[in-house]
Amino acid sequence: MDKNRRAFMGKVLAGTAGVATAFSLYAMKRTWDPLPSVISAGFTTVDLSPLKENELSIVKWRGKPVFLLKHGPDVTPNDKRDIVTTDGSRYTVVIGLCTHLGCIPEWKGSENKFKCACHGGEYNIYAENTFGPPPRPMDIPPFTIKGNSIVLGEEGPEYKKMMANS
Amino acid sequence: MAKFEKANSVGEWLDQRLNIKMLNRVLMTEYWIPKDINFLWAMGMVLAFTFSMLLISGIFLLMYYKPDVNMAFDSVNYTIMQEVAYGWLFRHIHGVGASVVFLIIYIHMFTGIYYGSYKRGREMIWLSGMLLFVLFSAEAFSGYMLPWGQMSYWAAYVITNIFGGIPFIGDELVVWIRGNFYVADSTLTRFFMLHVLLIPLAILGAIGLHFYSLRIPHVNNQKGEEIDFEEESGKYLAGRKKQSKVIPFWPVFIAKDVFVLSIFLVFFFYLVFYHYDFAMDPVNFDPANGLKTPPHIYPEWYFLWSYEVLRGFFFDIGPMKASDIGLAAFGFAQIIFALLPWLDRSPTVAPANQRPYFRCWFWTMMVVLVILTIFGKLPPTGTNAWVGFFSSITFILLFLILPVVTKAEAKKVASNKEGE
Repeated sequence: MDKNRRAFMGKVLAGTAGVATAFSLYAMKRTWDPLPSVISAGFTTVDLSPLKENELSIVKWRGKPVFLLKHGPDVTPNDKRDIVTTDGSRYTVVIGLCTHLGCIPEWKGSENKFKCACHGGEYNIYAENTFGPPPRPMDIPPFTIKGNSIVLGEEGPEYKKMMANS
Repeated sequence: MAKFEKANSVGEWLDQRLNIKMLNRVLMTEYWIPKDINFLWAMGMVLAFTFSMLLISGIFLLMYYKPDVNMAFDSVNYTIMQEVAYGWLFRHIHGVGASVVFLIIYIHMFTGIYYGSYKRGREMIWLSGMLLFVLFSAEAFSGYMLPWGQMSYWAAYVITNIFGGIPFIGDELVVWIRGNFYVADSTLTRFFMLHVLLIPLAILGAIGLHFYSLRIPHVNNQKGEEIDFEEESGKYLAGRKKQSKVIPFWPVFIAKDVFVLSIFLVFFFYLVFYHYDFAMDPVNFDPANGLKTPPHIYPEWYFLWSYEVLRGFFFDIGPMKASDIGLAAFGFAQIIFALLPWLDRSPTVAPANQRPYFRCWFWTMMVVLVILTIFGKLPPTGTNAWVGFFSSITFILLFLILPVVTKAEAKKVASNKEGE
């Protein structure tokens, strides 16, 4: 047997096996990716127009509660935190988890406060922490405004502007 | 082709075809173990036996368990616990076994460290053992998720979140591992696969490697003495059993092993029948709820020390965030034990108590690990946070100074010898 021929065959085999392995690993990696249905469920469109002032609604987005709260006319606008729809209404839209340890705070409409039962954290109507252990305001989920609706999960220009200013 | 003659017995028939007499000699009757050992040398067999119990009880649980977020909790807590005859027994063996196997792993591991059984040719034993430790940890974590109770869910949440701290790819990696933006059905099903197939296969392979790695350097002994196994086994085979420093694995060593194993099993089944509750966190009897975090999340006792290292760094230092420092420290804690053969710069193989400096190092390490374990379970507030911080720092420092300590020790030992 010609040694060069055997070495050549060895290289061809190693090369083919290497390419096959790379493709297999890619296929294996892709099987663990979130399914298309999971990804599409990760973008939730919410119509904000039926919301009533000062009444909290909660929608589920990517397994987390998202707080939706329409501001009344007496609430001072806060451009750092408010989401403003086409008709000019202002809303608090935040991930409804306490930034301390992830409990779900409760909206106390009469006091204009979010209160967390776990460790006594408090937030104002803009979901900014005002008292207790929470280290920062509640997080604003990525959103984009479409008329009087918002799409949660999509980073629209208003969201990007908000993040740049914060 | 080999020539086959008519066999006179089943044994002979098998021997002609499989060479079983030779196999028996190599693996059993002429596999040599030092005489100078104690009950701690039986932990390997205790582990092998406990792993078998986990495997067998797991097979029975697998027949009724359903890896689906809507069915998992009831398939465990209703079907297996209440309907299946003796289902409770297999679950309790599996749950208690998972906890106790770590107790024995730690005893086995610290016996190795105490007697210096990780160096002078025994590095591969140590490394394959540490590989087993990592695999058992992954097995325990993936199994803990399966009952789909509150602790299952939030442990899965917290542990998968840890990967989010990896620079650049962290966020995508977490979603990839979970197969969703949060811990969901896809997460449960894939960890089920890991728990019942891939990791057990890897464990079986690693156990084979671990046993094989013992063959050339042989098992260590109580004094760290270098034994000429050829010569000593020759003495034994020639009938001078008293003078020989070794005994055959079968039947001499295994007889003592089985004795220790029996005592262990009394303790084990006492736990299974009367104290299984210690391995069954009450919080995990609430079904998983992604919208309600339990007020206090903690891992099982065997992960507490590394959990405490993870959260020990609770404040930012300069530009570094607390969570990133914690993550780096956690990564350090996970791999550093594996590097022990190279961090210990002293050539001495002896029990820690006969090594002037290593003795202090070893016992300090034990105390630090106990403190980390205790405080890992307590809420990280006030003084607790500071104890966690200082013991985490001490843990890391101990490993950083180990090369210096052992080098100084080697010098001292050498000068003592010259003085004699």
